[in-house]
Amino acid sequence: MEILDAVLPPLAATLRLATPLLLAALAGMVSERAGIIDVGLEGKMLVGAFAAAAVASATGHAVPGLLAGVMAACLLGLVHAYACVTLRGSQVVSGMAINIIASGLTATLALSWFRLGGQTPPLPPDARFLPLVLPGTEALADIPVLGRVYGTLIGGQTALVYLALALVPLSAYVLGRTRFGLRLRACGEHPAAVDTAGISVARLRYAAVLIASVLCGVAGASIATAQGAGFQRDMTAGRGYIALAAMILGGWRPWPILLACLAFGVLDAVAIRLQGVELPGVGQFPVQAVQALPYLLTVILLAGFVGRTVPPRASGLPYIKER
Amino acid sequence: MPPDTVAPAIELRGIDKRFGMVQACRGVDLVVRRGEIHGIVGENGAGKSTLMAILHGFYQADAGDILVHGTPAIIRDSRDAIRLGIEMVHQHFMLVDRLTVLENVLLGAEGGARLAPGAARAVAELARLGDAYGMRVDPHAHIEDLPVGAQQRVEILKALYRGAEILILDEPTGVLTPQEADDLFRVLRALRDRGCTVLLITHKLREIMAVTDRVSVMRAGRMVAHRDTAATSVAELGELMIGRRLAAPPPRPAPRSGPALLEARGLTVRDAAGMERVKGIDLVLRGGEVLGIAGVAGNGQGELLEALAGMRIPSAGEIRLHGRVVFPGRGFNPAALRRQGFAHVPEDRLRSGLLRQASAADTAILGYQNDPAYRGRLGLLSPDGITAHGARLMRDHDVRPGDPALRSALLSGGNQQKLILAREIERDPAVLLVGQPTRGVDIGGIDAIHQRLLACRAAGKAVLVVSVELDEILALADRILVMFEGRFMGELTAAEASEQRLGLLMTGVTQDALT
Repeated sequence: MEILDAVLPPLAATLRLATPLLLAALAGMVSERAGIIDVGLEGKMLVGAFAAAAVASATGHAVPGLLAGVMAACLLGLVHAYACVTLRGSQVVSGMAINIIASGLTATLALSWFRLGGQTPPLPPDARFLPLVLPGTEALADIPVLGRVYGTLIGGQTALVYLALALVPLSAYVLGRTRFGLRLRACGEHPAAVDTAGISVARLRYAAVLIASVLCGVAGASIATAQGAGFQRDMTAGRGYIALAAMILGGWRPWPILLACLAFGVLDAVAIRLQGVELPGVGQFPVQAVQALPYLLTVILLAGFVGRTVPPRASGLPYIKER
Repeated sequence: MPPDTVAPAIELRGIDKRFGMVQACRGVDLVVRRGEIHGIVGENGAGKSTLMAILHGFYQADAGDILVHGTPAIIRDSRDAIRLGIEMVHQHFMLVDRLTVLENVLLGAEGGARLAPGAARAVAELARLGDAYGMRVDPHAHIEDLPVGAQQRVEILKALYRGAEILILDEPTGVLTPQEADDLFRVLRALRDRGCTVLLITHKLREIMAVTDRVSVMRAGRMVAHRDTAATSVAELGELMIGRRLAAPPPRPAPRSGPALLEARGLTVRDAAGMERVKGIDLVLRGGEVLGIAGVAGNGQGELLEALAGMRIPSAGEIRLHGRVVFPGRGFNPAALRRQGFAHVPEDRLRSGLLRQASAADTAILGYQNDPAYRGRLGLLSPDGITAHGARLMRDHDVRPGDPALRSALLSGGNQQKLILAREIERDPAVLLVGQPTRGVDIGGIDAIHQRLLACRAAGKAVLVVSVELDEILALADRILVMFEGRFMGELTAAEASEQRLGLLMTGVTQDALT
């Protein structure tokens, strides 16, 4: 039982911490499979987090907050799509611009609306996504191992965690087995082939960017209203970039992306666990070392261990008919 | 039904299309009868591809009418064209490399939100079409694993699967060996016999004669003639295409084989990704001869040429110039080679032959800019000297328009090539390497460039020509080496060479198997 006590809480934390990463990485995947690089995951998550916290705080309910987060992220997504698809601008520049705007805009709005130094007020429980108690938890609680696993790892997560996990098989199915998925994949590889097949490249790409924005909005809401209890300045703290790394590690495929996100989630959970731990001879454990591991891991793994992952061929390239 | 009572498959009336200053099509009329193979010929830039892109909805005409099966049609995009049964096999295939044959065929014709039902139907239909026309392909193979000929079959199958009644093929044989081209023509005839209308765009007159029923000729954006193929000839079509009579090539004197000027032994070259593209080849180039290297594009010819020119360092082997070892050795680079009577016209002139934004006069000294002849008093480049040199070179080599201040990118492909060739020949090199001498060059220009190369040969220079155009190899070379997957499959003399033999060697059949 002691082993369970040591193992279950960090594993549960892993799932919780991996959720926004997973949502954002899947968002990046959808966008890039259609040929639009999305460096702006970070910014869209941040705006989503702010809008979710602000509306949840105003209404006192979590779901309106979630919807507001999704809407806000979609507005930024439309800007990105307009710049990249309609105006055929540079996708990386547009994404970076979104990140910078998001960081400044959320802090400014929070300061002027709530006057709390760039935060939203702390959210009461009703305005947050709380861990769900799955049916049967009571009945199973007395069974030695299963009861604990069911109660704290499988159960006891917020609705957004289950949503994110469900999106993995769903997106794999949509990408591989449906008309929309086929067109999306073709669009990121060879848009001219899509165009000559009588399909609008622009519409597909707008759709992909919007789907990615919805996922980013949910990711942001999960950070501010499920993991946290309110918005804080720059609270996404680079998760958008880690999500990009997970997407690349996962080779733009849903299941491997899940694995990469879980791995990064473990590191996050470990870092939190080690906060304040005194090491003999070293003093306080340098948590930053663990927090840097996702980036390091990405570089090392991509440099040789997982082989070369091949991005969608046309990602990052505006579609321009010849001449 | 007799042909006259059936409405034509396609009728174009007064089609105009302009891109900025360029009038690509002017008042084009065309009638394509149902159930025939109709060829459209013209030089590069004559407007054939633009016309077909209009028919397929890629561009829209500025003026004019399109009638499909006698009914006026508005074709705004590919979707409209597909609805009218017009399908196109593009010169650069519209296939997604990383998807399977099946997925490519389904794209845009999925038959429902879920793929599975449509896929089952498509597999059956592909098998039926494959049997009917003799072009079976594995529906689950990935496009990137298929040879070019098979990819083209997928393009045609894709069109048929969508119910093509009118099939447009844009320069379909550019990437094929002669045998593969014959195969394609067999398929096209089978399509015609089953009532399909085929439009074949090409600049190769022999293909027109071999497979079409009727032919239309375009020149400078206009339709200049329509002929029944049976009632015309290559000579007549050639004249119509360029607007004047082509002089028959003068008979070539026998080569005066001189000393070996360039030799390679066991040369191995890798590409940027580390793949071995040239696998230990031997080669001797003598003064007074033209050595041709033939092969389907991408079999290592490009890497070989770059290695011989010092642009790419070989991974093994030896290169001798005038009998002296230049590789391995210090100073194996293009500049050093140039100082030793060596000249190179690269395959991709826009990438390595000229600077698009530079003036023609600057292009004319590129690679020789350190020559004191172009220096002024302080040792700086002298603009007047460079301009005067450029003007003289353009005049002597008939580069039009002869304006040395014109940006290089604004010259036509043929004139760019003439200018680069002029620059390289001007130094009177002993060895001249030329990659794809006439790629993207129109017929008039081809003739001029070929004469220039043959003049070099007559002057005792050693000339190496790498070309994917068999006509060109046959017209120029005294000896022909055929390259396949990084090796020479065999050597033929000009007298022994025929399209059939070269074509077989190009597909990897060894010379021993031929005899």
